[in-house]
Amino acid sequence: MTEQPTEKKMVDVFSDVDRETAMTANPAGYAVAELGAEDERIVTMAADMSNTVADFIAKFPERYIELGIAETNSVSVAAGLASAGFLPYIYSMSPFGMLKTAEQWRTDVDYNHLPVRLVGRLSGLAMGYFGTSHYAVEDIAIARTMNNTTVLSPGDPASTVSLMRSTADLDGPVYIRIAEGVGKVYDQAPEYARGQWPRLRHGGDVTLIGHGMGLGLVAAAAELLFSRDSIEADVFDAAYLRPYDEQALLASAGRTGHVLTVEEHSVVGGLGSIVAETVGRAGLAVKLAQVALPDVDLEVGVPAELYEYYGLTPGNVADAARRLVGR
Amino acid sequence: MSSLTLDRGRPVTDAELRRRADWIRLQTIGLIAQAGLGHYSSTFSSAELIAALYYRALRLRPGEPRWADRDRFLLGKGHVATGLWPVLADLGYYPADYLKQFGKVGSPINDHPNMKLAPGIDFSSGSLGHNLSVGTGMALAARLSGRDYRTFVLTGDGELQEGQVWEAAMAASHYKLGNLIAIVDANGFSGAGPTSQAINIEPLGKRFESFGWTVREIDGNDIPAVRSTLDELPDPAAGEPVVIIARTRKGHGVEFMEKQPQAWHLGLLNAEQYADVVAEITARMELTK
Repeated sequence: MTEQPTEKKMVDVFSDVDRETAMTANPAGYAVAELGAEDERIVTMAADMSNTVADFIAKFPERYIELGIAETNSVSVAAGLASAGFLPYIYSMSPFGMLKTAEQWRTDVDYNHLPVRLVGRLSGLAMGYFGTSHYAVEDIAIARTMNNTTVLSPGDPASTVSLMRSTADLDGPVYIRIAEGVGKVYDQAPEYARGQWPRLRHGGDVTLIGHGMGLGLVAAAAELLFSRDSIEADVFDAAYLRPYDEQALLASAGRTGHVLTVEEHSVVGGLGSIVAETVGRAGLAVKLAQVALPDVDLEVGVPAELYEYYGLTPGNVADAARRLVGR
Repeated sequence: MSSLTLDRGRPVTDAELRRRADWIRLQTIGLIAQAGLGHYSSTFSSAELIAALYYRALRLRPGEPRWADRDRFLLGKGHVATGLWPVLADLGYYPADYLKQFGKVGSPINDHPNMKLAPGIDFSSGSLGHNLSVGTGMALAARLSGRDYRTFVLTGDGELQEGQVWEAAMAASHYKLGNLIAIVDANGFSGAGPTSQAINIEPLGKRFESFGWTVREIDGNDIPAVRSTLDELPDPAAGEPVVIIARTRKGHGVEFMEKQPQAWHLGLLNAEQYADVVAEITARMELTK
């Protein structure tokens, strides 16, 4: 018998078996089953991801449209359904969602202002050792250039449900990026107003902003900074990436003079870029730093190890904040 | 006016449809002259198909462009929209004044159609390979909402080299979408040369058949063939999507374009050529009066 490895292992992110309740393990699937009961226009599709909407399929089998492993076709079919009055939710693996279908999304959905929702599960490095083909670290950079698309990246299960509920009636396209490696941040999700960033903590020394798994990291890092160094962080939940909270960002950045962004996404084109562009346009003299994935060939491995390798840990985020403020 | 429905199978003679196709050609060269550049020969190969669809086959309500029960028409080969604009104006979707704005900044009508701007456009196009998928979605929507509209998608033959077309073809037959009709304007040419010299798309009929489609193969510039095929579409309940492979001639209706279809995929007639084209077409229209 071989020795059992003690290091971090790949977690089964493809099934919800042994993963707490559906609400915490698969909030996006949980939410659409709830919403589907309230709105008959909702239909779902899933490119070989039907397990993620199993609850919806059980409740509304006639409103699930199986299209096989064909993401581009799914987006265009959804556009046709939306033009005829339906509200399609497409579930995909993130690398094969916004990345593979960017042109179909732009031309058929975004340009035509159609209410299609693309839910990208397994974003960032969630598929870890399956290889870089299965990474999605460029999707926000692409999605946020789409004129009419609302871009969301919830940071915990409750906020996933809350954000999906608050955008259910939106008469336009929505991209919802699901981070798998997140724990609970909120006991109760905030009421999200469109394009506004809930504030988790008030502080005057440094602004910390995160989305997806970055949200839990900035919240935890803020605790460390305060308890060890009395550094007071102003902490925001950037679940809304388009539209985003320019007013809150500029007010906080102007006050603290230091902004650190944290995201499971490339350093190019994501939240870090949003912040840099915004403070640059406003002419603020603010120091910026990013904890994000470098724009080089990424390593392959188990997600939990990759997060440590790339510094997506509370400790490293706190260190980056200390360096930024010079303490 | 607003609730006037143009039903399927409207009475119109074959001679009138032939003249309508030529009228589309005349209108097209006028619009292209106005814009400065345009797609002549691929619009001309589609002229009889557009004439028969809009003046006989489709169920339409021009005064209510978003009427839920209208038949849908998607122009997969969006670059022939120039031939559709005068038709939509003539049927009353928008004032004829729209045509004067063609090609200008701010115009609702341009070289490719935009559903957000032009009344009567059921879906935007311009990126080849998308519209059969979109049409599949509309046909599914008809079934889900219990409506009996049909969805027609006009594709080019070069467009069939796009892989997404075959994803849609698989899905449409899987769902037995008898309410979906693809029409391939098989004029044999793409922008850069003969379609099947680039990548062979034949035998088209067998390919669609093997994907579970009912195939009709006709001369797409022959009005009686086009008219009777559209009149006698299978009952949607038969459960197979239908493809009409319309064998056409790129540049049909203008002799020098038929001889050099490639040269007239995209271009601009000079004054002498323009006069020649007008003379050739109007002479033919006089004959069939």
